[in-house]
Parts: sequence; structure tokens; C-alpha cells
Amino acid sequence: MTIHAIIDVFPVLMKGINITITVFLLSAIFGYLFAIIAGLCRLSHNLVVRGITSFYVEIFRGTSLIVQLFWLYYAIPMLFNVGIDNRLMAGVLAISLNYGAYMSEIVRGSILAVDKGQTEASIALNLSPFQRMRMVIFPQALRMMLPELGNYLIQMLKATSLVSLIGMTDILYHGNILRSTDLSAAPTVYLLLLLFYFIMALPLILLTRKGEQISKKGVAR
Amino acid sequence: MVEAINKINRSDMKYQTTKPIVEYKNVQKSYGDVEVLKGLNLSIYPGEKVALIGPSGSGKTTIIRMLMTLEQPTAGEIIFDGKNLWHMERKGKLVPANEKHLRELRGDIGMVFQHFNLFPHMTILQNCMTAPIQVQKEDKESARKRSIEMLEKVGLGDKLDSYPNQLSGGQKQRVAMARALVMRPKIMLFDEVTSALDPELVGEVLEVIRDIAEEGDMAMVLVTHEMDFALDVADRVIFLDNGVIAEQGSPKEVLEESNNERLQQFLHRFRN
Ligand SMILES: Nc1ncnc2c1ncn2[C@@H]1O[C@H](COP(=O)(O)OP(=O)(O)OP(=O)(O)O)[C@@H](O)[C@H]1O
Ligand SMILES: [Mg+2]
Repeated sequence: MTIHAIIDVFPVLMKGINITITVFLLSAIFGYLFAIIAGLCRLSHNLVVRGITSFYVEIFRGTSLIVQLFWLYYAIPMLFNVGIDNRLMAGVLAISLNYGAYMSEIVRGSILAVDKGQTEASIALNLSPFQRMRMVIFPQALRMMLPELGNYLIQMLKATSLVSLIGMTDILYHGNILRSTDLSAAPTVYLLLLLFYFIMALPLILLTRKGEQISKKGVAR
Repeated sequence: MVEAINKINRSDMKYQTTKPIVEYKNVQKSYGDVEVLKGLNLSIYPGEKVALIGPSGSGKTTIIRMLMTLEQPTAGEIIFDGKNLWHMERKGKLVPANEKHLRELRGDIGMVFQHFNLFPHMTILQNCMTAPIQVQKEDKESARKRSIEMLEKVGLGDKLDSYPNQLSGGQKQRVAMARALVMRPKIMLFDEVTSALDPELVGEVLEVIRDIAEEGDMAMVLVTHEMDFALDVADRVIFLDNGVIAEQGSPKEVLEESNNERLQQFLHRFRN
């Protein structure tokens, strides 16, 4: 493993960085979106809404992410003759639905953890149920969620590597191609891949720290 | 002198020439098998200051929480401002109130809690401004102005941009009162608002309540263990025991002249 080899491998992996980052960012955005929607739905008074959401959460938590990805990309289009022939869409959906399911439990738990007196005070001020959630309960719950949601951000980044399995050309995909043409490059390739993921995770780790601080203080200022 | 006249006028209301602002009609409340209130009948008049006293667990908090729509009566009716609070009419039939109905009525009711329940993520000023803007659709400038005035009135004009966790308990409770007052309720409910405070902070909060009471036109229900304060501020004292009103009357009648045995026992514990 020489400097020379590293200089050869680096630009090849760089070709995939766009895909990795795109999949990550989209998965994070949709993951949080699903988490919040599902977390709120699980607290709904409506039995049907709650039932459907619980079903979604348990299915996605109880099965493997790779299998979910294959379902979305290979099985569903064939069965129903619709939809997801788009790799990016399948990859992002699989990751965000899966992590959204996990994170919805955090959303739900944090909302329930907000002191009941907060709801009572906002009822006494005659805020509507939606205003209570939006202005009083959710902002406080969000502060409690931050540390854990931050941890999941890092996990989502790592999970993006799975999209190479449906042929998306992310950094892992390019690394694997390189290795299959030149087996001796394997150590360099995988060392660099570790570094790539770690360096991308660094800002996320810092972000999580920040989240923990905000959370501890209880107020963002 | 002016104070004395006020006082006389207020106690006149006890003679009940006006229509009540609140009527509890045979209101019952149970939690599971536990019967907390056994058919409460109580009228409160506009501007009247009522002190609710009684042993722990006698249902004082429950009474005001039902009016604040935080707790639903098991049976009976609460009439607020001439309207049925927990029931509404649908196709000629009385059905349980929905959120919309409750929202229409509870805007005129305010409450201050034992544990303040300020919004910790908002400044003191935001705590006060939010509801007038969101609920009453008041324009931002005027809500801001009124909130500042109210905070100045409770002695916190220099804390507008502080957060609740930067205040003492007494200051928090004064913010909570300002927050309720900017909504201009017709009746204000106080649930042992000094009992979570360090003893040296009780005075400043009672002082503010006294000021509010002296302004007159808002009815107040005070659940309190501060007997001297009740004697001083209230038009009427109600002693609650075992889920019923065991004694009521002017502060003097109840706190000094009654010979109800349970009341005597209860008061005895406070005099030592
Ligand atoms: N949510 C609840 N679930 C079950 N029981 C309750 C609930 N709230 C109140 N109770 C019971 O109802 C009774 C009356 O409670 P309430 O809080 O009204 O009493 P209180 O007169 O305010 O007492 P305190 O002086 O201790 O505040 C008590 O026995 C209490 O344990
Ligand atoms: Mg109580």
C-alpha cells in the first residue's frame, strides 16, 4: 500500500461522493419527515390512523433494511407493475422509511415526555390543539430529541452504502469495481472508504454534540 | 377610604342581584371508584372573590380544573356566562361538548397553576404575548405593549427578555399571573399559587393578587391555605370537606365565627 496506490484510488472513490451525499441528504430530510409524521400519528386519537402507523413502524423496524431496499427496487415494481424503476428514489425511500420508523419512536416518546402542565397551561390560554403542539409541546420535545436524532443522522450516512447493492454508483460501488479489477488494491480501497465515511461523519458528530448541549440547557439560544 | 368603599361594594355582590358568572349544578366527579365531588351546587358572581379552603384531597383543585375544562364532570352541569360548558346542543339534544365549543367559552376563563407552567423555551415577554396574538388575533404591537404593561404591573418590567429558568419562584408566578391577565378573563382561577414557593417569596405573590383583586371587575376563585390572606381579600370563603360544601359565608363568618366541628379541626391545624 503505497502513496502511489492511494493517489490512484482516491479520484476513483471521489466519483461516487456525489451520489453518497445526495442519498444521505435526501434520506435524512425524508427520514425526519416520516419520523415526525409517524410520531404524531401514533399519538392521534383516531384509531385507524394509529393502527396504520403502528403497522408501518413495526414492519420497518422488524425487517432488514437490505430486504426492504430490494423490495422497493425489485419486487414492488414487478408485482404491481408500477413505480420505482428509479434507483435514487428506491434507495432514499428505503433508508428514510426504515430510519423514519425508528425515529418516530423518539418523536413520540419526547412528545409524551413534555410536562403535562405545559399542555394544561396552553389550554388555559385557549390555544387550539394544533397551536399547542406547534408552539408549546413540539419545540420542547424537539430539544429532547436532538441528541438521539443526531445519532441516527450518522447511522443514516453509513446506511447509504447499501444503495450500491441496487447498482447506484456511490463511493462503495466505485471501490468495489476497483477491487474486482485489481485485487491488490483492496486494502487501500477499504482503508480510504473508512476514512471517507469517517470524515463525512465528523461534522455530524459535532452537530450531535451541539444538539446535546442545546438539549441539556433546555432552551436554544 | 376608597378601598373601604370598594370593599363594601364588593361584599354587596354577595347579595346576588346580578346573574352568576358560574353555576355548578349538582356537579359530581369521580375517579374510578373514588367519589371526589358529591353533587356540588355553587354560584359565583361577576367580580366576586371566592376563597376555597379544605383539607388535602377534598376536591378543591378538581372544582377549578373542571371550570378550566381540564377535567370533565362525571355528572351535572357547569353553566358559564349563561352557557352550558360541558354540553352543547345538537339537533335539539344535549351532547358532550367538542373542542370547538370549549374553545368558545374558555377564552373568558384564566388560570394560574401551583407549579407556574411557564413555557421554558420562550422569554417572559413571549410567554405573555403568544396567546393574545394567536388566540385573540390581536395585532403584534398592541399585544406587545399590553404584555409589557402587565409585566411592569407585576414588577417584572426589567425581565422582559429573560427566560423562566432565570427567575425565582416568586417571579415565575408573577409572570404566570401577567400571562393570564393579558387575556382579560372574566374569571381567574388560582390553585394554591404560593404553596410551591419558598416562604420568603410568598409575600410578593400575594401582594400582586391583592392588587388584582382590588381592581374589582374580574371574578376570582382562590384555592389557598393562606387563611389571613383569604380573610383579607375574599368576599366569601367556602370550606370543602368530603366532597361537599361544609360551610360558607363571609370570611369573618367562616374563619372566625363558625362552629362547624370539621372546620374547627381544619383551622386549628393552620393556627399552629
Ligand atoms: N387524575 C386523577 N386520577 C385519580 N384520582 C385523582 C385525580 N386527580 C385527583 N384525584 C383524587 O381526587 C381527590 C381530590 O383531589 P384534588 O386535587 O381536587 O384535591 P385538593 O382539595 O386540591 O387537595 P390538595 O389540597 O392536596 O391539593 C384526591 O383524593 C385525589 O387523589
Ligand atoms: Mg389541590
